[in-house]
Amino acid sequence: MSNLAILPLIIPAISGVIVAFTNSHVKTTRLLTKLFTLIGLAVAMFVAYTVFTDGAIILETGGWIAPYGIILVADKLSILLVLTTNIIATAAVFYAPNSLSLRQETHYFYTFYFMLIAGVTGAFLTGDLFNLFVFFEVLLMASYALIVLGGDKVQLRESIKYVLINLFSSMLFVTAIALLYGAVGTINMAQIAERVAEVEQTGILTTIAVLLFFVFGTKAALFPLYYWLPRPYIVPNPVVSALFGALLTKVGIYSILRVFSLIFIHRTEITHEAFIWIAGLSMVFGVIGALSTNNIKLIISYNIIPAIGFIIMGLGIFNLDALSGSIYYLVHDMIIKSALFLLVGVIAYVAGTSDLKKMGGLIHHYPLLGWLLFIAAFILAGIPPFSGFIGKLLLLRGALSADEIAITLIALLSSLLILYSVMKIFIRGFWGEKDETKTYTKKPSLGLILPIVGLLAISVFLGIGAEFVYPSIEGIAEYLLDPQIYIDSVLKE
Amino acid sequence: MSKPNNLILQTATALIAFILLGFSVYLFFAGHNSPGGGFIGGLVTAAAVVLLYMAYGIDFVNKILPINFRALISVGLLVAFLTGVGSFLFDVPFLSHTFGYFEFPIFGEVELATAMLFDLGVYLTVVGVTVTIIINIANDTKAEV
Repeated sequence: MSNLAILPLIIPAISGVIVAFTNSHVKTTRLLTKLFTLIGLAVAMFVAYTVFTDGAIILETGGWIAPYGIILVADKLSILLVLTTNIIATAAVFYAPNSLSLRQETHYFYTFYFMLIAGVTGAFLTGDLFNLFVFFEVLLMASYALIVLGGDKVQLRESIKYVLINLFSSMLFVTAIALLYGAVGTINMAQIAERVAEVEQTGILTTIAVLLFFVFGTKAALFPLYYWLPRPYIVPNPVVSALFGALLTKVGIYSILRVFSLIFIHRTEITHEAFIWIAGLSMVFGVIGALSTNNIKLIISYNIIPAIGFIIMGLGIFNLDALSGSIYYLVHDMIIKSALFLLVGVIAYVAGTSDLKKMGGLIHHYPLLGWLLFIAAFILAGIPPFSGFIGKLLLLRGALSADEIAITLIALLSSLLILYSVMKIFIRGFWGEKDETKTYTKKPSLGLILPIVGLLAISVFLGIGAEFVYPSIEGIAEYLLDPQIYIDSVLKE
Repeated sequence: MSKPNNLILQTATALIAFILLGFSVYLFFAGHNSPGGGFIGGLVTAAAVVLLYMAYGIDFVNKILPINFRALISVGLLVAFLTGVGSFLFDVPFLSHTFGYFEFPIFGEVELATAMLFDLGVYLTVVGVTVTIIINIANDTKAEV
């Protein structure tokens, strides 16, 4: 039944409303949240299984057929990302009660959390440009609330920047949609793609494409537009940082991936060529940022930017290997970034500081944390048996077959520096003499460790079980390279 | 502290608030065939409630209108979502709506559509949000609205 496509979206939405009623009873709220999140995960798995066996599910809401009504498209790419979102949400929700203060929890944290998940899921599933905007706003509204939750001075300061930049880019988004609607007369993505193809993407359409790229690039924190990202992401609670780092920028990059593989594909010498440049610069500036700081949270936060660079590099090259590399890297990066944010949250909690200079010798007290960070750093940098390796290998193979030597070298070099930036936390924070003057009394509870272990296990599986995962990813890349499949499945002509 | 005498404001409010409430109900029901609907209806209702707060003060209005406006937001959202989910029961796509003609004692034959239930959700949410925002900003003391 086509209503399957709405389930991953409506379950968190209704759950968010239900936990708003039980808000003052924290224990009930926690129990319900875990229950609903697990239901959401199970449903997402089931829908993903259905999509991968029987093909895309198109839901025409209200029974209005494709170009006239709102449609939700659960194809392989979007449902894979929805499933990943639900996995991260599950990890976050088991981590949250151990990390949040009671005051934050009773101020509707769980409602905002569910609204964030609903917004992200909706943005992945929608087949309509204006609804994409609406779901962006749903997730942004929830993120505004989550970023200030707690009301510290630093949170208030960073949230002002965050809200202003996002309001500005949302305004540009509406402008871009208005221009596109004026030019092609529809907002259904499949029909836009069809009409853009008919006129072979004339000048004004390429301008709109660049404007849309500017909007999504701001949301996704690409090279010239990333300056707002690192600091707002580290001020809220670690679990909020993990949700932001794993989901929000990835919605932007998914939108770029969708729009520039479906609609604006006729003038690749302008758009996709620029992507490669932007990708290279994002990698360079991202790792420079990550190397420049001694704040462990900020190091992880800066590491989001080169990862986005890697993903868009695959889109810029636009062949089968590079695109499957992009998708592999996207899924890998969502999981490992959330694991790393949760992990540095625990490290900063036990060490009582997030400044590397004040740490040292943590491995004598917390060996498990140390080795988890070690594995996470290897996964992030792409050391062979782990998941980062497969994605990067595919990307580099794609780049070399397209004779893009410069970007290959930049990618390899920045991988090295990414490894160094995270290993710096391990070397300076965990190695060293046992400092007898400091007493470490805080023990991370099992509830803080298990979600991280779970996420890392999935990451390791993505690397070791690549034989099992890769065919599905390659299927998605083939699907993206042929937009006609999407258009036909939506418009059914 | 001497209380200011707002006899004129309070008397006028007693009249105007009810006209506003009636107008908001009219707007809410008119939405299907003429300008109006849940959003504007909710705003006009919220305007009436805020007028009451202005004229009579927070404590008094809380006594005569014992409504938790924050819970009203959740109720409204739930109504709207459940209207969409209701379509699952009839095995039609999400958010499908239907309508029928019913005979009522005074109004005669009336067209009733399930879209009105969705609008009711919008109406409740808008009232809840607007009043919550205004009361929380206007009230310096710890608001438990």
